[in-house]
Amino acid sequence: MKLFGKNVPGFLSLAVWFIVWELAGRAQWSSIVPPFTSVIEAAVTILPTEKFRAAVIISLRSFGIGMALAIAVGIPLGIVMARVRGVGRILGMWVNIFVSAPISALVPLLMAVVGIGETTVVVTVFLFAVFVIVLDTQVGVSHADRSLVEMARSFGARPSQLYGKVLLLSALPEILAGLRLGAIRGVKGVVIGQLLVAIIGVGELFELYSNHFLMEEFWALVIIVFLFAFAVSEAIALLERRVEYYASNR
Amino acid sequence: MDKAIVEVKGIGKTYDGGVEALREVSLAFPPGQLSTLLGPSGCGKTTLLKIIAGLIPHDAGEVWVKGQRVHGPGPERAFVFQDFALLPWASVLRNVAFGLELRGVPREEREELARKYIAEVGLKGFEERHPNELSGGMKQRVGLARALTVDADIILMDEPFSSVDEQTRRKFQEDLLTLLRHRQKTVIFVTHSIEEAAYLSDQIVLLTPRPGTVLRIVRPAVDRGRSADQIRRDRNYLDTVDEIWGILKQYV
Repeated sequence: MKLFGKNVPGFLSLAVWFIVWELAGRAQWSSIVPPFTSVIEAAVTILPTEKFRAAVIISLRSFGIGMALAIAVGIPLGIVMARVRGVGRILGMWVNIFVSAPISALVPLLMAVVGIGETTVVVTVFLFAVFVIVLDTQVGVSHADRSLVEMARSFGARPSQLYGKVLLLSALPEILAGLRLGAIRGVKGVVIGQLLVAIIGVGELFELYSNHFLMEEFWALVIIVFLFAFAVSEAIALLERRVEYYASNR
Repeated sequence: MDKAIVEVKGIGKTYDGGVEALREVSLAFPPGQLSTLLGPSGCGKTTLLKIIAGLIPHDAGEVWVKGQRVHGPGPERAFVFQDFALLPWASVLRNVAFGLELRGVPREEREELARKYIAEVGLKGFEERHPNELSGGMKQRVGLARALTVDADIILMDEPFSSVDEQTRRKFQEDLLTLLRHRQKTVIFVTHSIEEAAYLSDQIVLLTPRPGTVLRIVRPAVDRGRSADQIRRDRNYLDTVDEIWGILKQYV
C-alpha cells in the first residue's frame, strides 16, 4: 500500500480502524460500541471458559460436517454438469438461482423439516457452501484446455484417467476458489443457522450476549468468528497460490 | 510403391451448424514417408488430421490404418499438437512419459525411455523443468519427444511449428528430418507454409478450401540426403515452391 509516496504495510489500515474504534468507544457515543481494548479484554476472559469451549466444539463439528457434505456433493455435481451438456443445462439454472438466493430465509423452513438442533445447522452450512462449489467446479472443468483432453484421448486415456490425471487437475484453481468462497459462506451458515435455531453453539452465545447487552463479549465473539473465517480462507488461498502457475499456463 | 500404411476413403465431414469441412477426400499415405496436408486456412486440413487421429468423428467414408478400419485413437498413431498440449503442472519428464503412464508402463521403465527421447530432441538437462519455464520451441520439442516415446509408427503433426519463431522453426525442421530419417516413421504433417511443405515432404497434398477436397498431389524430387542449406538452394525445391504457389494462388 502506498500513502503520500511512502510504502505503508497493509495492516496499518486495521490499526487505524482500531484506534478510531477505541476513541469512539471512549467517547461513549453509543452503548453498542464499547472501547476496543475492553472488547479484547472480554475476548481473553471468554476464551478459557467451558461454555465457550463447548460452543466452539459444536460449531466446528457442524461446520466440518456441512462443508464435507458440500464438497462431496458439490465437486462431483459440478463435474457432471460440465461434462454432460443436458445435466448442465437443466441444473445450471437452479444452481444459479440458489447461489444468489437468500438461504437464511429457508432455515426456519428447515427447522420444520429436520427439527431444531445440530442437523439444521449442518444443512444450513451445506446449503450456504454447496452452490458456489458446484458453480466453480463446473466452470473449471468446462474451461479445461480442450487440447489437453484431446491429447489424453489420443494417447489412449481411459475415462477414469481423463478425469483423474487431466480434468480435475486442470480445474484445480477454480475448484480451490470455489472451496474458499464455500468455506467463507459456510462460516456464515454456522452462525446464521445457530442464531436462528438459537439454542446451540456460537449462535447461543451471540443470543445470550445481545439479550443481556454484554457488548464487549458480543464484539469479542464477532472478532473470533471473523478470525476463524479469515484463517480458513487464507489457508485455502495459500493452496491456491501454490497452484497459480497452472492458470498462468493455460 | 509400398502398400499404404494409412488410407482415407471418401471422407466427408460437416460440422454442427452446416459448415462442410471436407468432401470425398481419398488419400493414401505410404509408410516411412513424410506427407504434408497443405492449403489455405479453412481447407479442413486439421480436421482431416484429427479424423485420421480418431479425435473427431467423420460423417462419411472410412479410415484405414495398417490394414484395419479404425474408429478412434490407437497406439500406432501419436499426435503432436499445434498448442503443444503439455500438462502445466507436470515436469518435462512426466509430460514426455505421459503416453506410457496412461498405458500403465511402470514408472522407472517409462522415465528411462522418456529421458532417452528428451536427450534426442535436445532438451537434456530440462527434465525437471515445468512447461511455463520453456520457450515455444522447447515446448514443441517436449511434444515431439512425447510422441516418439510411445513408439507409434505414425506421427500426426498439426502445424507443430506455427507458434514457434522463424529461426527456431528452421532448426527444428532440420532436427525433425534427422530424427525421422533413420526411424522409418510415417509422418502426416499439417502446415500452411509452402516452404515448410516443400522442404520436409515426400508427398504434398494440396487441399481446396470449403469444402476441403484433394486438389493435387505433388511429390517434390528433392534429394534429402544432403544438408539443409543445399536443399534450400536446390533447383527442384525452388521449383516445387513455385509450382505450389501457382496452384494455390487462385484460392487466396
